[in-house]
Amino acid sequence: MTKSNPYGSAPNHHVLSVLVQNRPGVLARVASLFARRGYNIFSLAVAPTEQEDYSRITIVVDLESATLEQIVKQLFKLVDVVRIFELDPRNSVERELMVATVRATPELRGQVVELVNIFEGKILGVGPESLSVSLDGSPEKLNDFSELLRQYGIIESQRTGRVALPKLDRTPKVRAVSTKGKAS
Amino acid sequence: MKSNQQLTGAQALIKGLEQENVDVMFGLPGGCILPAYDPLIKSSIRHVLVRHEQGAGHMAEGYAHVTGRPGVAMVTSGPAATNLVTPLCDAHMDSIPMVAITGQVPTNAIGTDAFQECDTVGITRSITKHNELVMSPDDLPLAIRQAFHIATTGRPGPVLIDVPKDVLQNSMTWHWPSDDEVIDSLPGYKPTTKGHSRMIKEAAKLILASKQPVLYVGGGVLKARAAAALRELAELMDIPVVTTLMARGAFPDNHPLCLGMPGMHGTATAVTAMQRADLLVALGSRFDDRVTGKVSTFAPDAKIVHVDIDPAEQGKVRKPDVPIVGDCRLVIEEMIVALRDLMAGGTKQADISAWRSRVNGWKENFPLAYEPSEPGAALKPQYCLEKLRDASPNGTILVSGVGQHQMWASQFWHFNEPYTWVNSGGLGTMGFSVPAAIGAKVGRPDRTVWAIDGDGCFQMTAQELVTAAVEQIPIKVGILNNANLGMVRQWQEMFYDNRYSQVHFSESVPDYVKWSEAMGCVGIRVESPEEVESAIDKANSINDRPVVVEFKIAPTEQVFPMVAAGRSNDEIMLYPSQESRRELLR
Repeated sequence: MTKSNPYGSAPNHHVLSVLVQNRPGVLARVASLFARRGYNIFSLAVAPTEQEDYSRITIVVDLESATLEQIVKQLFKLVDVVRIFELDPRNSVERELMVATVRATPELRGQVVELVNIFEGKILGVGPESLSVSLDGSPEKLNDFSELLRQYGIIESQRTGRVALPKLDRTPKVRAVSTKGKAS
Repeated sequence: MKSNQQLTGAQALIKGLEQENVDVMFGLPGGCILPAYDPLIKSSIRHVLVRHEQGAGHMAEGYAHVTGRPGVAMVTSGPAATNLVTPLCDAHMDSIPMVAITGQVPTNAIGTDAFQECDTVGITRSITKHNELVMSPDDLPLAIRQAFHIATTGRPGPVLIDVPKDVLQNSMTWHWPSDDEVIDSLPGYKPTTKGHSRMIKEAAKLILASKQPVLYVGGGVLKARAAAALRELAELMDIPVVTTLMARGAFPDNHPLCLGMPGMHGTATAVTAMQRADLLVALGSRFDDRVTGKVSTFAPDAKIVHVDIDPAEQGKVRKPDVPIVGDCRLVIEEMIVALRDLMAGGTKQADISAWRSRVNGWKENFPLAYEPSEPGAALKPQYCLEKLRDASPNGTILVSGVGQHQMWASQFWHFNEPYTWVNSGGLGTMGFSVPAAIGAKVGRPDRTVWAIDGDGCFQMTAQELVTAAVEQIPIKVGILNNANLGMVRQWQEMFYDNRYSQVHFSESVPDYVKWSEAMGCVGIRVESPEEVESAIDKANSINDRPVVVEFKIAPTEQVFPMVAAGRSNDEIMLYPSQESRRELLR
């Protein structure tokens, strides 16, 4: 990771929520379509939905909007893809989970614990010279947390792909690109 | 439609194919697919036993090209499945409906690197419209119904079903899914066939307002059986038509509005008309790089109406002013209604007479040309094709390989009827023609089928002539033998300063006549112009076995016109004798 903040929400990040039939190989189909067409997946989260026949794949892609339209259309051509929403980050709830092992000598441990508490994170484990911590929240919150932890020294860290759903409190500004012109 | 009938998976597979009205399939048995070949013995389905699985795939394509019905290929696992990769990719690129059935190692051996195991669905994922590994015999009927449904609807394409050996051996209770069950099982597959009526009206307005329109017709028109509707549209509005390599025959070449093929080796008129147009109505065409040349300079002043059943084609290369997702036939028919309504309402069509006469002027000044074959001089491929065209019965189906001969065939044949031209357009598969011609002849036994091939192509798949001879499929093959990989040679001549590298074959080896005879065909050699007609007549008179005519042609002949790869269509290289008139193309 060369950039100081590889998780920053760049303006050309787009979040696609892809509803697929829960069948063997469906993730491979989606992933190989991205590879075949030269598109880049920034992050990916897959899990079954409330209906067990379907899974939701949340994909963060990193591209120009013209390419996005083409990606969406190509994704639609996959027979197992049922629906695609492009989620506007301003009108959706987004969450990621991060676990990290942070350098924390006994003298500095208190400071790290305080930081974790401020962010409402969790201490998962304590070692003589380090702490394992976790935090879930919006990508921005995780970015901030990660930035602050960095001064103590992050030994290892891992973030999940983003999961997202439209916000409920107002008319969800969801761009359904699905119903019309599906497949062929 | 549940029954208590107990069948093996193999029996269910064959019964399912019969239910789908499959009358013929092309294949070759082997270990894992063996169980399926037993019930085939008593089936109504004709099985054509190929000599190489690639042949089975191309035969299925040729059959589908001329009949419009899905071609079926069945082969075993591992190397057989990988041999099918090229035809699958070819069918995917050219939107050919095809169902491939591959054997797979038993379910408990999958993933163990078992004998003849390969990840067939993984390998073919990006070159099929859909594929499926069937893990239980109970799932076979639905998988078959889905495969045929997906292959033949929307934008057609190849679908592969991979069936493990134990799935074929184990028993199941027969059940043939209803249409509703098939539709319900595919919630993510709903092709749009009916165009958006407001968009169609917008398109009609643009057509009426256009002073320099061109109908840019692609293979989608043939897939949609839209040739009659297209002709009505063109004649109603008097709009010139170009037919791409995949659409030759969709509009009659002998029609006054036909400008022939556009693109890299298209006619100067077709290429230039598109460059100068103020409106391109793209019908089932996909703005392929071989048509557009350098995209940024393609048809710079044209508005675009793009009709395509695949939404992903809209805006993939060129952003349309009016995108219409739908089946070409339905959309064209509605477009005609919209045009008639607008005209009945008082909207007048812009005057296109100046455009028509300009286009006709190009047609007169820039016909396809070649230096004639003089008696005793070298034989010209174009001459052979003209003679073949004139001597062959109406409705002859022409099947080509890939290269110079393909371009000459597309240029010099007169395609006046749809589904009489079969070739590999998108993938450019050398070796396509012999097996595809066999499939075409099986699909249309009433027609004369000529494969036009190059010597390079022929040597890739010629073994299928054994299949043709043994199965009594009397195709005719014309080899335009220049003892070179002609198109590659042409590029080395033009773009590599005559530095020929690995393009020369041999003038004497193989002996095509002996080779053909050894394969059970009649072999004829033609070395001079005066032998051409009699050889063709002889070939056309033989109908009890395949015939191969070797035309030994001039190796130096080049295909013109030509737009070099990546260059603008405005930089079209004309036939040398027409260069002096280039100014007329402005």
